[in-house]
This record gives sequence, structure tokens and C-alpha cells, in this order.
Amino acid sequence: MSPRARLAAALGVLTLVLLAVAALALFLGGAAISPRAVLAALAGRAGAQSVESVVTLSIRLPRIAVAALAGGALAVAGVAFQALTRNPLAEPSVLGVSGGAAFGVVIAQSLGLGFGVLGAAGLTAFAFAGAVVAAGAVYLIAGAGRLSVQTLLLAGVIVGLFFASAITVVISLLDVNRLGGVIYWLLGNLGTLPPASLGLFALSAAAGLGLVLVHARELNLLALGEEAAQQLGVDADRLKIRIFAGAALLTASVVAFAGPIGFVGLIVPHALRMLLGADNRLLVPAAFVGGASFLLAADTLARSIVAPGELSVGVITSFCGAPVFVWLLRTRYRALL
Amino acid sequence: MIVEARGVGFAYPPSRPRRAHPFRLADLAFGLAPGEILGVIGPNSAGKTTLIRLLTRVLEPAAGEILLEGRPLARLDRAEVARRVAVVPQGVPPQFPFSVEELVLMGRFPHAPARYFEDAADRAVAHGAMAAAGVLELAALPLDSLSGGERQRAVIARALAQEPRLLVLDEPTAHLDLRHQAEAATLLRRLNRERGVSMLLVSHDLNFAAEVCDRLLLLAAGRPVRLGTPEEVLEAPVLEAVYGCEVHVEKSAASRRPVVQVVWPDARGR
Repeated sequence: MSPRARLAAALGVLTLVLLAVAALALFLGGAAISPRAVLAALAGRAGAQSVESVVTLSIRLPRIAVAALAGGALAVAGVAFQALTRNPLAEPSVLGVSGGAAFGVVIAQSLGLGFGVLGAAGLTAFAFAGAVVAAGAVYLIAGAGRLSVQTLLLAGVIVGLFFASAITVVISLLDVNRLGGVIYWLLGNLGTLPPASLGLFALSAAAGLGLVLVHARELNLLALGEEAAQQLGVDADRLKIRIFAGAALLTASVVAFAGPIGFVGLIVPHALRMLLGADNRLLVPAAFVGGASFLLAADTLARSIVAPGELSVGVITSFCGAPVFVWLLRTRYRALL
Repeated sequence: MIVEARGVGFAYPPSRPRRAHPFRLADLAFGLAPGEILGVIGPNSAGKTTLIRLLTRVLEPAAGEILLEGRPLARLDRAEVARRVAVVPQGVPPQFPFSVEELVLMGRFPHAPARYFEDAADRAVAHGAMAAAGVLELAALPLDSLSGGERQRAVIARALAQEPRLLVLDEPTAHLDLRHQAEAATLLRRLNRERGVSMLLVSHDLNFAAEVCDRLLLLAAGRPVRLGTPEEVLEAPVLEAVYGCEVHVEKSAASRRPVVQVVWPDARGR
């Protein structure tokens, strides 16, 4: 099968999975609404102020959109960071980039930036700045040139810990009344976003995805090493800056609107690599759709297992991700350590 | 001439900690004729790797110029260079499980960088390259499942897929046992004969270079010492001066090419 046909088949299957998970997420929830009532609300046959309309259209549907966007963005960021660092264990949270972005958001919130259009844009900008600072710090600590697997992971841990402490400092200076929300958000939480924020989230995620997607073929060559890529005609410096910016933007947008959710960028790309191989031209688009399904499923689980209460989705992804990370380290990448 | 180097000089920016003898390349001049196999030999830090980087525009010369088929290399962009010069590096990083065919298709990138997927013509060229390097039956296998010799042939196929005028081989015998060295020599000579690919072969292995190459360029500390046929370059006094150890040169009974042996300092009276 040609790569084009494999991509079409993979996207077809992954889209079906996403639709199935989305349907599940739409019908499940704390409010007891029958599937028939949900369908009526979707079709616009229920009254605009009816419970089923409000729950379905204003709560569940936007939340599905947020979860899908966040999952897709995180998975693509994972693929991008892995290709950029030539390290299969790299991922926004492992590299400390999520931590940097979270620090940016906490600063923005302590400055009073809220969720209007301007506030949301400011939040994203602060998250992006934090992500760039964190990723830059990791890069410098790990010694710029040749990034070995161990030093990069170690640098990521150091940067992540630093920003976690910095966040704690800012939080302890915050007003007690605003503390609850921040801690809830820090665990990674998908909530309903106002339309302006959702639009901005979609826009920045799309920009990040586009940036990575147009360079997917060059990312394959980068896997051979920087010099080899240059010798094959790739402008490696320009490529690295663009992928760095794209991955940071993807991470920042998720952190700004959903919180620092870990490990999605590790689990989804590795699962897809087992099915599709290493070709980034297949992995990047597949990771977006696959990541959307994964996080949506995790979120549906998070709000179902302790209903009517809710778990943070970040708890679910970490419970899945930590064992996967250890398993990858002990089996597939043992030789690299 | 495929390649012509005219008075090429280069120095790396000063590094920290400073090296006792900072490396410089100076007064490098040679020509590589179409269909020729030129070997570049010399001790460690003679400038062999730097020469490869200069030939592929990873580095720019500080003095002199390099011509590629008569055109200044400095005026070609990366893709233009990559359509003419292909490098076979020493190893392939094993982190990501690319298949042999995926690796070989990467060689088509400089021919159409804007394309997302390779087209049928690209796949036909890759197919031919894999057949020429003897890896066609390995096409679907992941690289990390191959032996050292198979992996090297896959990388040679990737370089051939670039349809280069010049193939640059960086230490092609590193990590290869004797049988695979012999196979590599046969493969390179066959590609040279059948496809007319010119080659620049950088090697520590003087005997391999003497067997495969038409001419040799001996470098020492960034300067050309001798350029000529293997018989002209591999003379005991020259090698002893450059490498700083006693050697013994004789002729191979099979090929009549020179064979260099180290005379171990403590060999006598053992």
C-alpha cells in the first residue's frame, strides 16, 4: 500500500473512532438525560431553555470540542518534540515545556487576565512565552548540540521542577478565594469554554498543527541527524525554529485553555508508530485525530467513574502515561540509555 | 571535472576548552574526473571529515573555492547540491523504526522538496537504487532489524536514490567485518562501472582505499601531502613521516595494488 493510501485508511479509521467516542461523550454525563432527549436537542427539537438543550449544546458539546482539540494538539506536539530532539521519549510534560507554559498562565491570571477575547489572547501569549523559555532552557541545559536521551530527559525534569516551584510561589501569594480554581486547573481540567476562547484555542492549535504538518517530510530527514538532513537539502536551522515554535504553540494553547495535561504526547504517538511506522507524514495527521479520541475518552472516563463528582482528566492521562513511559524505557529504548 | 578544489582553506571557530593544536585546513587543491574513485586518507584530524562538510556545503570555505561540475558550490542552494552530491555516512541513528524503503525514498527529497509524498517516478528511482545496492528484498524491514552490512547497503541505496554525480563515502568499512568489507568493495566498484558514479571515499583503511580507488589524496594536519595513484602515494617513507610509525609496503599478489602493514614497535625479539 502506498503511504497516501495508508494515510487515508488510518485517518478514516481514526475518524470513525473519534465519532464513536464523541457520541459516547455526548450521551454520558452527570445529568440523567435520555439518548432520545440528547438527539432531540441536537436536532433543535427541544426548547432552547430546556435542560436537555442546555446540557447537550452548551455543556457537553463545547467540552467535547475542547477535549478533542487539546488531545490532538498535545499528540502533535509530542510527535514534533520527538522529531526535533530525535528522542522518542520527548513530550511536552516530560520536557518541562508544559510546566513553563503553566507558569506563564499563572502569571497571567495573577495579573487578572480573564476569559474575554483579549484576556484569552493574553493567556495564550503568556503560555507561549513560558513554553518557549522552558524549552529553550532545556535545550541549553542539555548542551545545545548533541542531545543524548538521558541529558535531555534530566534537563526536562529539572526545568519542570523549577517551574512547579515557581508556580507554588506565585500561588502562595495569591488571594485564597482564587486558589481553588488555579489548583483545579493545574491538574489538567477540561471545562466548557466561552465561544471566543474556544475559537482562539482552535485557531492557535490549527496554526501549530499546520506548521508541523508542512514540514513533516523534512522531519523524517531530521531523524537521520542534522548534518545528514542538511546534506539531503534540508535547511535544518530554519526547520528546527519552525518546529520549535509550532510545538510550543500547540503546548501553550492546551495549557492556557485546559491546563497542563501530561503524557498524551507520549502515549498517542507511540501507539500510532506501532501501527503506522515512523513516517511523520502519516504520524502528524494521525496523531491529531488519534489524540483527540484519546483525550476525549479519558475525559469521558474522568467525569463518569466518580459521577456525580469529577476526576481531573490529567489524573487519568498520568495514570496511563507513567506506566507506558516506564515500559518504553525498560523495553524499546533500553539500548539508548 | 566533477569536483575541483582550488586553494581551499578552512578553520573552525575557536572552541572552549582550547585545543592544543587548533585544526586548520589549508591549500587544498585537487580535481575529481568523471567516473573516477578518489580516496582521501590520512591520520586522525587530518581534515577528512571537514572536507566532506565543505563538499556538501555544511561548512563554507574561508579561502579558495570548490567547483561542482564547473559551477561554484557557494552559488548552489542545498537542494541543488544534494541532487549532485550524496553522502553515505558512517551509521544510521536507530531511534525511529523507518523501513528500508522509507529511508531510500528520503533520497528523493532534493528533487522535489515541496512534495508531501513521493510520486511514482520517485518510487521507480528508489526501486532501482535498492536493486543496485542489493536491498530490494529488505525493502519492508525496519532498519533496526538489519545487520551492519545490510544497513550500510540500505544507506548506499538512499544515496543512489539522490541520483548524484558524486558519491561521498565516509569510512565505508567502519563496523564491517572482512567479508562485508570485501562485499562493500565489490559493490562500490560495480556501481562505479555500471552507473558511472564518481566517488570520493574517505577512509582510515589504507588497504581498502588502495584496492578500490583510482587515485589517493593523502592529508596530514589539514594539508595535502601527496596526490596520485595508490602506488605513488602509499610509499613507506611518506607514510612513516605522516603517521609517525614504521610501516612495511608490499604488493598484493592478487591485484598488484599496494598493501600497507604496520611494523609493531615491539615485534622484533618477541
